Amino acid sequence: MPLFREAGIVEDPWQKLDDDAPVPADGMVLVSFTRWREARAALLARRGPVGVALANTDPVEALASDTSRLDLIVLHFPKFSDGRAYSQARLLRERLGYQGELRATGGVLQDQAPFMLRCGFDAFESDQKGFGEALAKARTLFSVVYQPTDDGRATASLLRLNRRNTRVPV
Amino acid sequence: MPDTHFYRYDDYDRTLVAERVEQFRDQVRRRLSGELTEEQFKPLRLTNGLYLQLHAYMLRIAIPYGTLSSRQLRKLADIARKYDRGYGHFTTRQNLQLNWIKLEDAPDALAALAEVDMHAMQTSGNVIRNVTADHFAGAAVDEIEDPRIWCEIVRQWSTLHPEFSFLPRKFKIAVTGSPNDRAAVRVHDIGLRLWRNEQGEVGFEVIVGGGLGRTPMIGKTLREFLPKDELLAYLEATLRVYNRYGRRDNLYKARIKILVHEIGTEKMREDVEAEYAAVKGGALKLPAETIEAIARQFAPPALRHRPAVVGAVEALKLEDRDFALWLKSNVSPHRLAGYRIVTASLKPAGAPPGDASSVQMEGMADIADAYSHGEIRVSHEQNLVFPHVAVEDLPAVWRSLGRLGFAEANVGKITDIIACPGLDYCALANARSIPVAQSISNHFAELARQHDIGDLKIKISGCINACGHHHVGHIGILGVDKNGVELYQISLGGDVDFGKTALGTILGPAVAADKVVEAVDALVATYLDARGEGERFVDTYRRIGAQPFKDRVYAAV
Repeated sequence: MPLFREAGIVEDPWQKLDDDAPVPADGMVLVSFTRWREARAALLARRGPVGVALANTDPVEALASDTSRLDLIVLHFPKFSDGRAYSQARLLRERLGYQGELRATGGVLQDQAPFMLRCGFDAFESDQKGFGEALAKARTLFSVVYQPTDDGRATASLLRLNRRNTRVPV
Repeated sequence: MPDTHFYRYDDYDRTLVAERVEQFRDQVRRRLSGELTEEQFKPLRLTNGLYLQLHAYMLRIAIPYGTLSSRQLRKLADIARKYDRGYGHFTTRQNLQLNWIKLEDAPDALAALAEVDMHAMQTSGNVIRNVTADHFAGAAVDEIEDPRIWCEIVRQWSTLHPEFSFLPRKFKIAVTGSPNDRAAVRVHDIGLRLWRNEQGEVGFEVIVGGGLGRTPMIGKTLREFLPKDELLAYLEATLRVYNRYGRRDNLYKARIKILVHEIGTEKMREDVEAEYAAVKGGALKLPAETIEAIARQFAPPALRHRPAVVGAVEALKLEDRDFALWLKSNVSPHRLAGYRIVTASLKPAGAPPGDASSVQMEGMADIADAYSHGEIRVSHEQNLVFPHVAVEDLPAVWRSLGRLGFAEANVGKITDIIACPGLDYCALANARSIPVAQSISNHFAELARQHDIGDLKIKISGCINACGHHHVGHIGILGVDKNGVELYQISLGGDVDFGKTALGTILGPAVAADKVVEAVDALVATYLDARGEGERFVDTYRRIGAQPFKDRVYAAV
């Protein structure tokens, strides 16, 4: 499955480990949330970076104390219309302070990209034709946003407030 | 042209709507070229208001908090003429539906809407829907605060919400600013009721998990009193709990009411409050300046002093019975003594409830300009309202409405029927609704008789999804399909007004389509025989119970 960042298509350097596969001593490994819970200490003791793949029913809160130790978190969309991972993404970014790669997998289509970017996703697995081109434009598709998220964009409400306060009194 | 007295778009709002139209134009292009499958396209078109009905696409246009300017209504008339068959249908959610839109025309129709600062965003799909409010807002005698200020704040927050655009199911929010609830807040996913506490502060009662549909439920109060400036924080917390934990395995169990029912009100409150504790005081807290800036836009028009008692009105009342009846049923008190709120009935005898032609819409816009400060409201009972009419102008308004066919003195009466589009239009329906409404309307057309029968709300749904709100009709009528035959199940005792929310109880076996009128007639006769002084139909039903009604109906059919 091709992997995209906003800048374009990228190679996926991560090795996905099956739950029963041995853990290599180094290299970038991606494990399931189940494996992470079972072997957290051993995984963190390795030299290489670790990533965790969550189901959209897994509690992100369980990663609260580990967000700075993880370099990749994968959130899954079993269907593009199942939106649970948007909440997981915002909680990871905004409440738990996760700063590593946040990757969307599963039902990932170009028309969701503006929403995904706003929720903090920065990597996308998608086999939809034209996904890369659409992703490159997704951040500017809407030049106005109404909701404060952690994507650094000023909301319309905030811009109005600033405009009122900087207006020269007559 | 009169100035508008409700929220006006600024460049931010306009830019967003324009960009949304262009995005949808591209999505339609990709659908027509086959790049998008129907499955992929469906949520995209739904969140732009485009439904696939039985015969054609339907465009559902958002009328936020049911408030329209005359300019906007003229544009709607224009769009209906250009892209549809010259008429539209006002819905129970204060929206307007055009039933014969072509897919390839939809982006142009949306662009035309954007010219008057309107859109069709989030009128469908599994998203936060267009927010509804009391249709008497800003004019009602009993109002604590104009609920539309809060609807607009919610409209902006919910529009293209990045986290809540793929919810388990649709999500409806209603706001009332009066103790006499006219927005049915207890049968919404979230109902917000503004009230003043003992300290004199105004805040929200937050009611969650109400709804009609297959599993009708009355909402539970999650919070008695929410400070107004934390409204969005509390909504975000509630929606987040729903987005994470609401069921997605079964379409019919996916509304928030089922989540509240399954985990219990206590647990729901605990979860929402925990999430709220983490969100409140943050970026969603509304600065006083922001609230004031929006509130200012809803400042009522400067209504000059007009006489409260007018000789010509009193004289016409004595000489014209229809005018006198109209004053009784279609005219409500205004917060100023020299003014009234006028409800134009979109239910003339025998007509499909809620329909208006382009010519009628334009006529309504003219009346609004001449007599109601250019403002029109859409009520959830599918009527149109002029919020600020001087007592002196009532005869002129009545005559003008008469010429349009909207002066029927039947608001709140037996022929002021709510009906869903039913099997005539809808792909989900099991039975027709509109013809049933029409035959009841014709049968009870005589106005003096309607006024004698008094307040009686009939609500008709063509299937279990309950778009006609039959659960909360004094008389509810539900179309069902039994082996290919359309039958109608009757329920009694539903209510949604003035905080007395109750769900109706099924009377007995369903009746044949051609027996519905006789059944309703038998119900009315039972009431007329048994009613006590000042009792409405539903009061008598509550006092004497179902049995006398049941006996008479099943003897008649």
